[in-house]
Amino acid sequence: MTKRKLEELFIKILMILATIVVVGSFFLIVGTIFSKGIPYMSWDMISKIPGGGFYIGKEGGVLNAIIGSLYIAGGATILGLLISIPVALFINMYMASKNFIANTFRLAFDVLFGIPSIVYGAFGFLIMVYFGLKASLLGGIIAVTLLVIPILVRTLDEVIQTVPGELRDAALSLGATRWETAKVVLRQIRPGIFTAILLSFGRGIGDVASVLFTAGFSDNIPTSLHEPAATLPLAIFFQLSSPVEEVQGRAYASALILTIVVLIITVLSEILIKKFSKHKI
Amino acid sequence: MTSTPHISVQNLNVHIANQHILKNISINIPNKKVTSIIGPSGCGKTTLLKSFNRLLDNTPDVKITGKVLVDGEDIYDPNAEITHIRKKMGLLSQRPYPLPMSIYDNVAYGPRIHGSPKKAELDELVEAQLRATGLWQEVKDRLKAPASKLSIGQQQRLCLARGLAVEPEIILGDESTSALDPVSTHIIEDLFIELKEKYSIVLVTHILRQARRVSDYIIFVYMGRIIEFGPTEEVLLNPKQELTKEYVKGFIS
Repeated sequence: MTKRKLEELFIKILMILATIVVVGSFFLIVGTIFSKGIPYMSWDMISKIPGGGFYIGKEGGVLNAIIGSLYIAGGATILGLLISIPVALFINMYMASKNFIANTFRLAFDVLFGIPSIVYGAFGFLIMVYFGLKASLLGGIIAVTLLVIPILVRTLDEVIQTVPGELRDAALSLGATRWETAKVVLRQIRPGIFTAILLSFGRGIGDVASVLFTAGFSDNIPTSLHEPAATLPLAIFFQLSSPVEEVQGRAYASALILTIVVLIITVLSEILIKKFSKHKI
Repeated sequence: MTSTPHISVQNLNVHIANQHILKNISINIPNKKVTSIIGPSGCGKTTLLKSFNRLLDNTPDVKITGKVLVDGEDIYDPNAEITHIRKKMGLLSQRPYPLPMSIYDNVAYGPRIHGSPKKAELDELVEAQLRATGLWQEVKDRLKAPASKLSIGQQQRLCLARGLAVEPEIILGDESTSALDPVSTHIIEDLFIELKEKYSIVLVTHILRQARRVSDYIIFVYMGRIIEFGPTEEVLLNPKQELTKEYVKGFIS
């Protein structure tokens, strides 16, 4: 065999092995969650809040954490989008002729992207102390919003950069203002916005550290922004640290619920991405 | 030049990222004629074209000095209304870029942002522009379909219809046929000839045959300078400058 063919074979085997490791670990993780979680899965788990002795193995479910997580991840994603879309448009549409400034902004968001979530939790906590807020749904949403903004901005920024300059030129040369041109760009990137939502929601719903001090934990479903809220990751953490076998099993059932919630969001986004790709040029 | 110029460029200098792209350009673009800008790749043809409707403004690290008068009004005046300037000029780019919306909405886009026309007016206008670009028969039954579903040649004609719908005075074409097949190219070229009755047209082109077929005047640009400007036949068949001679040599022989 020649050297070139050997090289080809080596790289091919390397790629196959790497793929097996990644796909294998994925199935191992999902398999573990399913095999350990399903025996403890019940209608009660997703329809009831924790009862009196829930944490020592008695009746109840994690509905409080499901709702809390949806509120926090959903609220943070919506709030994050409202802030990130203008930022991404500003960097790309208004700073277009000032590359240096735009790239400085990008660098800043890349740094923020890499900051561990516990720092956002601590920062969110400081904000809350400053405003005299207690650990609450609002506090959790603020902390997670801070966490997802860099993800949203950079994803939207990358997507906007794929929009051909000629499309912007086309709108501008029809006499559109920059904002009207931005609206055309937004139409073009609608599929990308759903990708950003998916990433942001996934990150938000899975994060523990940012909500640890800020959202608190409660066995009840929050009825206002000022009440503390439970989250699935924290519920998993508490249940897993219990010595009671029944409770540990429920931690896996909770993980299963979290996985399914993320799966539903993913499928929904994919459908919306397809739907909105229709007009994309 | 017989009539007053439509666009008058005076001492235009353009630097992009410290490179001197256009050097001391002064030129008068005649009214209601087709003027072609020719020259080798990277000579500044497109930059010159984009300076006419201030699309250059969005280029990173750009510096522009000099004047560009359109209908006697300096478009680089800090007080100039930029959307008003751009509305006067339709741009047809290298490849068609329809807006990410339906065929109908593409043509209706301009009239909608510049006013709020009634549904009936809009319908009439869209039909008129689609007819003007020969697209009506092909698309009248699927006006609500995404513009991206049209063929490239149809998309380019749609882009022309979209530009005409804002009632411009000038049409700028940036190698508008370079992505098209010969049949579509021919249709677009014929449209240019037809449209010069009503509009002043400036085209950037690599194809000398096209320049000869459609244009009345030719500007030859080389290394950021205008080398020669004159009636089409004169520049192509009897150029005065050595550089022009060199460039059009292949065309004549």
